[in-house]
Formats: sequence, C-alpha cells, structure tokens
Amino acid sequence: MSYKSSDIDMRYAQQHSPEHVQYMRRNRRMRTVVVVLRVSILIGIFVLWEVAARLGWIDAFIASQPSRAWAAAVNLARRGELLMHLGYTVGETVAGFVLGTLIGIVVAVLLWWSPFLSKVLEPYVVVLNSIPKVALGPIFIVWMGTNVDAIVAMAIAVSVIVTVMMVYTGFTEVDPNKVKLLRTFGASKLQVLQKVVIPSSVPVMISALKVNVGLSLVGTIVGEFLVSKAGLGFLIVYGGQVFNMSLVMSSVILLSGVSVVLYYLVSRLEESVVKWRE
Amino acid sequence: MSLVTINGVSLVYHDPEGETRALHNVNLSVEPSEFVVIVGPSGCGKSSLLSIVAGLIKPSSGEVYVGGERVTGPSRRIGYMLQHDYLFEWRTILENALLGLEVRKEKTRESVAEVRELMRRYGLGGFENHYPRQLSGGMRQRAALIRTLAVRPDCLLLDEPFSALDYQTRLRVAEEVYGILKDENKTVIMVTHDIAEAVALADRIVVMTPRPGTIASEHRIRFECAKRTPLTTRRLPEFSGYFNAVWRDLDSFEGEVQAVGGGEL
Repeated sequence: MSYKSSDIDMRYAQQHSPEHVQYMRRNRRMRTVVVVLRVSILIGIFVLWEVAARLGWIDAFIASQPSRAWAAAVNLARRGELLMHLGYTVGETVAGFVLGTLIGIVVAVLLWWSPFLSKVLEPYVVVLNSIPKVALGPIFIVWMGTNVDAIVAMAIAVSVIVTVMMVYTGFTEVDPNKVKLLRTFGASKLQVLQKVVIPSSVPVMISALKVNVGLSLVGTIVGEFLVSKAGLGFLIVYGGQVFNMSLVMSSVILLSGVSVVLYYLVSRLEESVVKWRE
Repeated sequence: MSLVTINGVSLVYHDPEGETRALHNVNLSVEPSEFVVIVGPSGCGKSSLLSIVAGLIKPSSGEVYVGGERVTGPSRRIGYMLQHDYLFEWRTILENALLGLEVRKEKTRESVAEVRELMRRYGLGGFENHYPRQLSGGMRQRAALIRTLAVRPDCLLLDEPFSALDYQTRLRVAEEVYGILKDENKTVIMVTHDIAEAVALADRIVVMTPRPGTIASEHRIRFECAKRTPLTTRRLPEFSGYFNAVWRDLDSFEGEVQAVGGGEL
C-alpha cells in the first residue's frame, strides 16, 4: 500500500522479523486485490450493459441501459419525487422490521415463559412459518385499506414468525447451567429472563434483525406492488405497466442501494452492542 | 450443632421411560467449618444430592436442614459452585462477581466495596473491568468463587469444581480455592470422582454406592502437619493409606457399576 515508507511502517519493521513484515505485506496486498476486484466487477457490469445497448447487442427498450436509468432517476429527482418514493419504501421497511422484530421477541418471551403454551402453539407456529406471507396481502388491504398501514402489516407479517422461531430457539439454547447458577442465588423467573436469557440471546436477536431487513423489504415491495400509490415497489410496477424499463431499472438499482445501506446500519449496531465478543 | 443435616433423603425421577431411583435414604451431618467430600461412582446421584441441599430440587422423601432451618428453596446460607465457572461473557469480572448480590437486591456501595476487596485479596485486583475471555482458567475459577462468596454463604457446595481444568491448573486452583475457603472459614460439601483430590482436600470423605445412591462408608482424614494444604498433604506418608481405603470401598462396587451403567445426573 501507499504508506510503505511511512513512520508507522518503519517502526513496525523494527519491531518484527522480516518474515512477519513480509507476511503482513502479503496479507495487505491480498485484501487490496479483493476490494479492487469487487469494485471492478460492478463497474464492468455497468460498462458492458451500456456498451451492449449502444452497439445494439441488446434491445435498450427492453433491457434499458445505465445512462437511461440514470436519466430516469435524475428526472424523478427534478420533480422532487425521488426522495418521496425512497422515503416511503425506507420508512415502511424500517417500521416493518423494527416492529416485526419487537413483536417476534415479545412472542418468543411468552413462549419461553410458558413451556405449556409453546407446546400447545407449536403446530401453529410451524404452519404460519410455512405459508407464504405475501398471500396474506389482499387480506391486509381489505382490512386496512390501500394505504401505508397495509404495507407495514405486510412487512411485519413476513418477518415476525421467523423472528419468533429464531429468538425462541435462541432462548431454549441458553446453557441450562447458567440458569441453574442464577437459581442457586434464588433468582425469580423474571430475573432469569433479564440476567441470562435475554443477554445471552442478544446475538440471536441481532441476527434476526439482519434477516428481517431483507424480509421486510420483500414485504414492503410486495405491499407496494399491491397498493400501488408510492414507493420503489410502486415505481417498478408502474414502470413495467407503461413499458418504461429505465424507470424499472433505476428503481431496482435504488432498491439494492437501500438494502445495502440498511444492512450496513444493522451490522454497525451489532458491532456496538456485542463488544464483549471480540 | 451441625450446620447441615440431611435426614433420610430419597429421590425418584420420573420420565416417560419409567422411574429412576437416584438416591435412597441418605443421612449426613456436616459440622461448621468442616470440609466434607462426597465420592462415588458416576450416576450415583451425588450431584442431585447437592442440588437438594441447595434447594434446587425437592427430595421425594426426607428433609434437609441448614443452620436449623428446613430447606424448601434456594437458601441464602448456601453458595453453589458448578463444574465450569459459567461467567457471563457479556459482563465484566466485577459485574459477574456482583451477580448474586444483584439477584438478591443486596447490591449496595458497601457490598460492592467488599467484593472489590475480595478480588484484590485473591489476585483479581486490576481485572475488575476485564471480560471473562481475557482471563486464564485459574483466574476465571477464582472469579466464580468470589461470585459465590459475595453473597456471604455459610456453607459452600462444590460440584466437581475443578474437573473442567487441565491437570496442572487443577492442582494449582485446588490449592488456591482451598486456601480461600479456609481463610474465609467456610463449611464445604464437595463432590468429586477424583480420589486423590478428595483425600487432599477433605476433613471427611463420604463414599456413596451406585444408584440408588446411599452412603456406604465414611473416612475421617487427619494429617500430622503444621499447615495443611492440598499439595503438602499429597506428599505426606498417610496420604496413600487414605487413598487406598477409599479406593477399596469404591472398587467393591465395580461389578454393580457395570450392571447399572448410566451417566452423571
């Protein structure tokens, strides 16, 4: 890397054997190569796409092309609609996965609290988990109307059962000896929950949150497909209907961006919460 | 007066496969400051016996008294140490040591200061804000002991507290823990299947039969030396005599153990 002759490197070389310095350098070079390749693939795809469309290898009317997708996005932004649509999708997704995760955790706590209840409800959880939640979309729309509520309900429905199952499994996998330890101090069930079960399941809850980012985005987009008023899902459906593929493509690209940013934010949260894990 | 009295305790487990008689008519009295070690074949119910004394499980018949009070649930006079340290990896060492006080809602400025003092006295000073993974096995076991001592129990129950450690660490930690327990003048009931460890630590060894476990024999262990520690006793001439006596008792069950099989309860 670029700071080969810097102070840090010099001092490092003085403290470590030449073999180790060599090894660290190789390591660093490897990491750089990986990053460069990753970025090149992305750029390569866009360049190839653009070139293919310009040279007529593919039909730009059907496949669109990066420059047109960009123009479509700029056009939306000029009219002030881009942020509005983005805002809807992000807001619905965040509401969906935060509420889905919270509700899921609460249900998991109830199931943990009463083994009898969990025994009784087990087949229901399994069935609810296996039905495709998007099939419930029309029901939500009839019940709540063609508005944001139905979309958020959709996003919650997609993520909540998975959360219940993940978190409940996490709860049951808490080392029984840790529970025993607490009981030797005379801990109540609530204290066992507070002091062992929940803290040792934090990593599981964060994983659930991570999974739910993706799932809620699915719920939100499907909801927007059905309700069709605003959001990236609406833009995609609308673009498809009027054969404006540039609008569809730019929306899909924006959607990928949204999922990456949300996932990144949750990963950051994870790092700050489970600092004892390093 | 004895501190712990176990009176005709029996235990029967029920599960869909049938019932298991784990303990049968166990009688034992432990004097204040006494160090009693229970040895027995695997699955003889010695860990279950500790759980009964700790008030974690109810005996099918019989009763246990600690300091004259009948045990009906976890008692404040009892401290329990398990096979592993079970330090919570998301808590610092000090927070781990304070766990029992938190549960009992006895975390005050004074009690925290006391725990800090215990940590300083037993070589964990300066590690208060470390996380368990940063400590060696021996230090972790000491932290677990301090967590138990923090709630000021009269009697400590040790359930194979050293079995998870490698042999060298095990000897050293046994030495340390023994020193701390004697220092604090605690009554101890320990369970182990290591005969040498039992002889090295015990004032009295209680030998249990295979399942259903009951007390087969008792051995009073006395050493002629100025300051007894587990390592010094291992070098004394009487050591092998006691070892062989306990070994003979346990060995006499060998045929039955094969027949009963079964794992540690």
